[in-house]
Order: sequence, then structure tokens, then C-alpha cells
Amino acid sequence: MSEERTMNLTLKVWRQKNENEKGKFVTIQANGISSDMSFLEMLDVVNEDLTRKGEDPIYFDHDCREGICGMCSLHINGRPHGPKQGTTTCQLHMRSFHDGQTIVIEPWRAAAFPVIKDLAVDRTAFERIQQAGGYVSVNTGGVPDGNAIPIPKPSADEAFESATCIGCGACVAACKNASAMLFVSAKISQYALLPQGQAERYQRAQAMVEQMDREGFGACTVTKACEAECPVGIKLTNIARMNREYFNAKFFKEKTAHS
Amino acid sequence: MSSFNQALTSTLGKKLIMALTGLFLCAFLIVHLIGNLQLFKDDAGKAFNDYAYFMTHFTPIKAVSYLLYASIIIHALYALILTVYNRKARPIGYASFAGDKNSTWSSRNMGILGTVLLVFIATHMANFWWKFHNDEVPYIEYRTDLNTLETQVTELNASEFTDYQNFTQDGQEVTRARDLYKQVAYAFQNPILVAFYVLAMAAMSFHLIHGFNSAFQSLGFNHRKYIPIVRFLALWVFGIIIPIAFAAMPLYFFFCK
Repeated sequence: MSEERTMNLTLKVWRQKNENEKGKFVTIQANGISSDMSFLEMLDVVNEDLTRKGEDPIYFDHDCREGICGMCSLHINGRPHGPKQGTTTCQLHMRSFHDGQTIVIEPWRAAAFPVIKDLAVDRTAFERIQQAGGYVSVNTGGVPDGNAIPIPKPSADEAFESATCIGCGACVAACKNASAMLFVSAKISQYALLPQGQAERYQRAQAMVEQMDREGFGACTVTKACEAECPVGIKLTNIARMNREYFNAKFFKEKTAHS
Repeated sequence: MSSFNQALTSTLGKKLIMALTGLFLCAFLIVHLIGNLQLFKDDAGKAFNDYAYFMTHFTPIKAVSYLLYASIIIHALYALILTVYNRKARPIGYASFAGDKNSTWSSRNMGILGTVLLVFIATHMANFWWKFHNDEVPYIEYRTDLNTLETQVTELNASEFTDYQNFTQDGQEVTRARDLYKQVAYAFQNPILVAFYVLAMAAMSFHLIHGFNSAFQSLGFNHRKYIPIVRFLALWVFGIIIPIAFAAMPLYFFFCK
């Protein structure tokens, strides 16, 4: 690990009072930042400074700060979660930047993700997509035996990989079309691959895709930016699977029983 | 709305239409290239002119040609619809957007490449398709001696030409045809047109490398077992061989004829 350095940075931060007011970039000086700080800790330092001066601190989303909750966002110098691959903003350290650098910090930009304030956006569109079908209905009864249902190892692994999606929205932020396909496809895949998900498999694909369209996310152009920027490495094969599931449901599956 | 219509109007369905029309256009390119290779035959254009007649008068080919025109229009129209839709999904853009860090230029600019190709198709059809169909090309007669296999070529006046004919007379095979070959040779004396054709083929290369690969993704096919074959075809057949072979045609006429 490299030695701790202290650096002075120029931040260009998007400031916006609320959803309805127009925002603008504000230049803020961040001095005496340690290279060992995380990006969010750097913002904490800046915010303490702003508070002391009696100014409004920068509003941003964060929660676990361990890279697993998907709450932190931030579009840093043109990339979601900053310049490193496979990491969330809370796991991004200031050693990835150099002294005197200008850092542009913007919120996720998407019609479906309206700005709440400053850098925080409303990501409940993702929740509504999940609620449309991203679950397995479990009726009451005894707890089933852990290994009662055999699942092939490749399916279990693949489902697990899809299930690692933390729903941070970096895929939407990175996509030039603000498309949510990587997120939605991961959520469809994790159940499509498992026996527990079979009963609702085709309703799920239709309901989630339709909700995604209703929320106003863009279409996929296969630029693969989402895959490159995803902090947990969700694969593009998920999107192909979603397409398969959806077309299969729409073209070949019955909605109601034959009369 | 029926589930079929619903599927086709969704974002996934619109991409399905793009994929199907795009793949059909890719398939057409192979046929078009094989046919146009007749241009390289040193026979005063007989093989090419025969081929041009066949392609415009054989009923199944004619039927497919309408499918082709429809595909071009639908592909362009849906591209426009999707572009507008995708713009709406991000009304406020980024001040700083490092697209080059996570994606290729061509994948982000299929619209620009596609527009170049659409202008190219319009120019291409105006030059050859329109002229051929509206009798604005010269006429030619080939007389081949069936014993010696020597061919005599005469240019025909419009008054001497009625329709494509092919018959045997006094031990000679006579073919009278519209001389599209001459029109091709004539058009490709224009350096600006030749440069435009070569540029358009470069655009086609990038458009097809991304497009051919992505069509399979949109159709729902992406598996490590077969996707290497798709990648290989996209790069070598649609990205390299076909564009170079097509670009060779204007260059051949400009430099060698």
C-alpha cells in the first residue's frame, strides 16, 4: 500500500435544492484531504467545513459504507462510482486521485431517477420494478428442508451471481440511454434459474419488463457500459436471458387455460 | 392490446424488430456481394448484366426485394423512434461523461453510422437502381460464336432495343441487355463518389461489427458455447471481408478501368 499523502482538490459539485428547482454546479475547495480517506469520508470533511461556515452541507446517499448495500451513488468525473472498476463510491479511496485534481461530482442522470437534493436521487423506481414481480410467493406452511430441492451447481452459481446485484443504479447511470436492463435482468435471472422461481417465471418477466417501461428507462443499445461499471460484476448474459424470458412468455406461453 | 402487439411495442420488442430487420439486411449483403463479384469478370459486363436482369425479373427475388425495402425503412424508422425514446430517458445530461472508458465509440454512435449508411443507400439506389428501372442506362448486344466462343460487343441505340433477349442465331448466341455494367464503370470515374463509397463501407464495417453481435443479444442469444462463432462472423465476415470486397468495386473501376 502506498504511503499516506495529503492533497488539495477542487470539487465541482451539483447543487440542487429539490426536485423542482433548477440545479447548478458549485466549485468547492477541499483542502488537506488524506489519500487514505474514502470518497465519502472526503465529502464528510467538506460537509463539516460547510456546516462550520453556516452553509448547507452537500446532500448525498450512503449507508453501510462497506460496498454491499448499494445506497451510495455519485457520478464522478464522468463515471458512476468513480474511476475504478468493480467498486462502489464508499470503497473508492482518495489515493485514486492526485493532488490539485478537479473532480466533477454529479447525481445519477435519468428521468426515472429524479433528484431529491444535490447528489441524491430517488431510486424507488427500482423498488416498484421489484414489487411488480421480483419475488417468489411463499404460502404458509412448514419450513421446507434445506436440501429437499435438488439444484444443479451451475444453475445455483449463475443464480447467485445474478443475485449479487445491490440495486445501486450504476447501470442506469452509465448507460447512454439510461436503461435499467442490467438491473431488471439480474432480478429476473436469479429466479428464472432456480426451481423455486418456476411457478411465477413468465408472469414475473412480463410484469417486471412492463414496470421498467412504465418508469421511463431507456432501451438497450448493447454498449456494455453497464457491465463495465457494475460494482458487483453483473454480466450482460442476464439481459439476453431477460429477452428470452420475456419473448418466451409473450409469444409462447398461455395467459389463461384453454377453454 | 394483444400480447403479441404488447411485446412488439415494449422496449425489448422494438429492439427485437431492429435485430430481425438488421439480420435480414446482413443476409442480403452476402447475396448482394456474391452477385456483384460478377463486376470483376473481364467479359464486357455480360455476366453482370445477365445477373442484373435475373435479379429484377425472377419473381421470388422480386418478392424478397420488397421485404428488403421494407426492412431498410423499418430499421431506420425504429432507430429514430428508439433514439427519441432513449433521449427522453435522460432529459438532463452529464457535464462530464467518460463513455470511452466503458464502451466502444461505434456502440455509442450507431445512429451516426446508420445515417451515413442511409445516405449511402439513397445515393446507391439513385445511381443504379433508379437508372436501371427507368431506362436511363445504355444498351448492349453480345454475340458469342458458339464454335470459337469469341464474343463481339456492340452498343445499341434505344430505338434498337426492345427488351432483354437471349437467343441463338446462325451458330451465335445473341444477348441484348441493359448495360448496367457500363453505368457502374461510368459512375465510378467520379473520385468524390468513389471516396464516399469507401467511407460508407468503413462506416458499414463498424456498424455491422456492433450490430451483428448485438442482434443476437436482443434476440436473447448469448451463451459462451456459441457466442464465439457470432463474434467471429461479426468481425471477419461482416466487419472485414464484406466491406473490403464492396469497397474494392469502386476502387477497381476507378484505378483499373
